[in-house]
Parts: sequence; C-alpha cells; structure tokens
Amino acid sequence: MNAPLVGSSEAPRVNATRFRQAHEADWLQLEHIVGRMEKRSIRSLSDDELLALPALYRTTLSSLSVARDTSLDRGLVTYLEQLCTRAYFQIYGVQTPAGRQITRFFAHSWPNAVRSLWRETLFCVVLTFGAALLAYLLIRSDPSWYYSIIPEGLAGGRDPASTPDALRETLYAKQKDWLGVFAAFLFTHNSQIAIFSFALGFAFAVPTVLLILYNGLMLGAFFSVFAAKGLGPNVAAWLAIHGTTEIFAICISGAAGIRIGMAIAFPGRESRMDAAVHAGRTAATAMAGTVIMLAVAGLLEGVGRQTILNDGFRLLIGVAVLIGWLAYFYAWPLRSAGRGN
Amino acid sequence: MATRANKPPRSLKRSFITPEGVDLQLELGSAGSRAGAFMIDFIIMTVILVVVTIGAFYLGSTVGFDKSGNAVLQFLAVLWLIGFFILRNGWFSLFEIGSRGATPGKRLMGLRVVARDGARLTGAAVIARNAMREIEIFLPLSFLGAQAAEGTADTFLVLFALLWSGIFLFFPLFNRDRLRVGDLVAGTWVVHSARGGLSADLVGAAYQPRRTFPAAALNLYGVYELQTLEEVLRNENPDAIVTVAHTIRAKADLPDDGDDYGFLSDYYAALCAHLEAGLMVGRRRDSKFAD
Repeated sequence: MNAPLVGSSEAPRVNATRFRQAHEADWLQLEHIVGRMEKRSIRSLSDDELLALPALYRTTLSSLSVARDTSLDRGLVTYLEQLCTRAYFQIYGVQTPAGRQITRFFAHSWPNAVRSLWRETLFCVVLTFGAALLAYLLIRSDPSWYYSIIPEGLAGGRDPASTPDALRETLYAKQKDWLGVFAAFLFTHNSQIAIFSFALGFAFAVPTVLLILYNGLMLGAFFSVFAAKGLGPNVAAWLAIHGTTEIFAICISGAAGIRIGMAIAFPGRESRMDAAVHAGRTAATAMAGTVIMLAVAGLLEGVGRQTILNDGFRLLIGVAVLIGWLAYFYAWPLRSAGRGN
Repeated sequence: MATRANKPPRSLKRSFITPEGVDLQLELGSAGSRAGAFMIDFIIMTVILVVVTIGAFYLGSTVGFDKSGNAVLQFLAVLWLIGFFILRNGWFSLFEIGSRGATPGKRLMGLRVVARDGARLTGAAVIARNAMREIEIFLPLSFLGAQAAEGTADTFLVLFALLWSGIFLFFPLFNRDRLRVGDLVAGTWVVHSARGGLSADLVGAAYQPRRTFPAAALNLYGVYELQTLEEVLRNENPDAIVTVAHTIRAKADLPDDGDDYGFLSDYYAALCAHLEAGLMVGRRRDSKFAD
C-alpha cells in the first residue's frame, strides 16, 4: 500500500499527492460530466460519457472513503465530499421526465390518492351537507341567523329581505361580458382556499374541519333564502352546474388536510415523522388534483352558468360532471390497481 | 454513542449513507441562509408582480373603449389573475421540481432541496412542502393585515392568533434538522450544495524540502492543528502566516530564517508525512491534546 504509484525516483512525501496523481483525471472527468448534467440535462451527455458515469462515480466514492482514512489533506476530502454529493443527486435523485410524471399523475397517482382518502372525503361531504341542513333549519326558524352566517360583501343583496323577483334576477341575469375574467377569478380564489385548507390540516385538522363546516353553513344559508321564496329547485340547479365539482373538490382538499392532521395526531404503528410524510405526499397529490377540478368548476360557473339559463340543462350538466368525477376516482383505479403501485 | 444521544449534535452535518455504503456527510442549510433564500425569492416575486402589473396597466390604457379594446382588457385580466396564482403557488414548486432542486434564491445561497431518505424528489413532495407555506407565511401575514384593518378592537385575539401562527413560521428553529412544517410533511430537507474546485496540492510531487525538523518538533501537534495550518496556507493571509510561523518556532524552539511561508510549507509537509505514517500503523492523533 505504501509503494509509490509513480515511477519517479522521488516518491511523493504525503498520501494526498500520491492519491491525486493516481485519480485526479477521474475526478475531473466526473466533475465535468456532473456539471453538464446540472446545467442542462442527462441528454446532453454522449454515449461514452453516459457509460463512464457509473464507474467514475464509484471510483470517486471509493476515493472519498480511502481519502478519509489515509489522507490528512482536508481540501482534498472536502472536494471529494462535494463532488460525490453532487454526483449522487444527479444519479439517484434524478427527476422523472415531466411528460411521464404528468401521465402518471393522471393515470395513477391522482385517482389513487383520492380513492385512498375516501373516508375523509365522505366525512367532509357529510359535514358539508350536515352544516347546510343546520343552517337551513336555523334560518327557516329565525331569518336573522342569515346575517351572522353570510358576510355582507358576499350576500350581494341576496338576503331574507329580498323580493322573489330580485332573487330570481340574480339566478338568471344573463351576463355576456367578462365571463373569462369571472371564471379565472373563481378558479384562483377557490384554489387558494383549497390549498389553504390542505395546509391548515397540519394544525391537527381542526381549522380544516371548521373551514369545511363554514362552507356548508354558507351553502345552507343561501339555499334557505331562495327556498323561502319558492325558488328552491331553481337555486339547486344554479348551484349544481358547478357546485357538484366545486363542493367535491373542496371536500377532497379538506380530506387531504384531515389526513395530514390525523397522521400527526394519531400516527399508529409508524413513527410520527414517517406517518406525516406518507400522509403528506398522498394528500398533496389529491390537493394538486383539486386545483384542476376547481379550474373546471370555475369554467362551469363563470361561463357555463352565465350562458346556460335552463334549469334542466344546468342540473344535467352538474350531475353528468359529478358522475364523471366519481367514475374517474373510484371506478378507474380498480382496473389499474394491479399495476398502479 | 450514548453520550451523543443525550446531547444532540450542534453542527449541521448529517450522516447520509449512499447505497454503496459511503457516508456523504451532508451539511444542512442554516436557518439564516434559508431565510435569506426566501427573502431573495420573495423580492424577485414582488418585482415580477409589480413590473407585470404596471405593464398590464400600460397595455390596458392604450386600448380604446370599443369592443376589441374590451376583449384585450378581459384577456389581460385573465392573464394577470392566472399569472398571479401561478407566481404565488407555483414559483417554488416549479423551480424545485427541476434538476437543480432549488429556486433562484436557494441557488444564490448554495442550497438545494433533497428527499430525507435519499430517494428521488417527487412532484408530490415538492407540492406538499410548498403548499404548507400557506400557513407558514400567509397565515401570519393575514393576521397582521387583520390587525392593521381592525384597529385595536380585537388586539388581544389577533395577538394570540399571531403567536399561534408564529409557531409555524419559526418551526425550523425548534428542531435540530431545521425542518420547516413543509419539510416535515413532505419528507424533505434543505442541504448545502457547495461546488468548490479541487484545491492545489500543498505538498506536490516535485516538492523538495529545504528544512528538516527534529522528532520533538513533529510530535507537538495532531490532525486538527495540521488541518488548521492547511487552512492558513491556503488562505495566504500574511498576518496569519507570520503569527502561526512565530508560534510554531517558539514552541518547537527553532531558529527564525526569515522565510515564514517556506517554513510553514516545509513544516506542513513534514508534519503531514509524520502523522500519515502514524495512520498507517493505526495511530491517529486527532489533536495536540491526544497522546
């Protein structure tokens, strides 16, 4: 082991020199290749470089082990540590290509994540409609409840004091302008709420549950105002066209938050950290999907509802879209479940 | 190891074993550099938002109030709304999902995001860690905003809310791995991704020592002192070289020949060879205090 590696008459005095002479070319080549991968991508490498990469990586890694044990040159050890770390993340931490990630998201990850959240989703749906029913019954017995549930800005003149004609006008007012802007606003606003309810799940899911509860209360309050004036079926159709998608999406994002909160509060057999990570990744996938759902809901609400005024059509579209989502989330994965995971 | 379990390591070095069985010794990003990276990103985002908004207003002001002008305005409004949404929610995720695993701010501070288990960083993990910013940054900010808007009526309540949300904001300071809430949920952490070049060989193959040292002079120091000397030689700070050379000469009782740098180089080479010879027979002297 102490034999000089070079044929010069004078053997190098310290191991670092000996070591550098023997392997420096390999390290520099690896540094060059890794630098290229970091700057561009693995596709910028030639076939030869690609073939050389694993061998160079292992050589450098063993250089690091040996250097740590035999060489006291800290500059050398630090260099090798940094180079190995960079190479490691380029080799093992490399990203799946974006195209394949997106395909996998739609084909497996998203429906599987939503399906695995079915308990939490069901809970959120029950909570939403329970709260809606509660608000409906409360306001029917005492309309003043309405004002404590719905903030003034959101009511937009739709309160128990409105005349039936005024209310009917809000349901069927045909809007031609700014539909796209309205849709975009609804999408970004609702998506922000979905992301927020996901994040709030970290606080043991309590704020998420409150958010879902309040969402249900508002739903029931709105419904009660219209129902009291004999416009119940009309408002149901008005809500259904986008509401089936929107409420479903909000319920899924709430479910995602609850999953995180429950995993942290009750990790079960796993360690708390592992449980949080497991729940976090599943929930994040489902939450990312709700952003897509809310984009659809925004289009249905901002454009579809403003142009389609027939109750039957509104209801039909709402139900058809809901069936589509249900089939996608709960029936589709059954076929690919074998390959999915 | 028992002593280590009682006293968590102060340093930010974490052992990280590759499948080949080598410990890479990752260095975690400090809270300060993390905050710095976030501020840089935040400033860039704000600048982009302001510039785009001004640009949109300028474009909007040039069109007339006829039908086509209205369409342009609508198009601009949709673009702005969607753009703002993507900027706010996508800036971090889209950059971190790339092969560098870092936003521009992180890159400037020499940081990158990696999965704690060393596996590849998935899209789900990146989305999870960044969606959590909603409660880390947005929640405290919105409570602050509420405080400003409401006046003093609910000061106590807002203060409580601020404290509560502050837990999420300052979460990284309460754990030794500097994990944000987002990192905890996503299974990621942020590490230093320094990329220094190979430093020069201080001794070199063609090295010809001009001085010899008695064994007593070489027995003065251990590995720690050797590596400190290495740092001094690499930094080439004249003051430090003079001081260190004088200290060593005084301690080893050697004559001053006027060439401080040459003396230190020779001493470094001799000490390094001496300590490495010890390593070969399994005797590692970590510092001057060890036997």
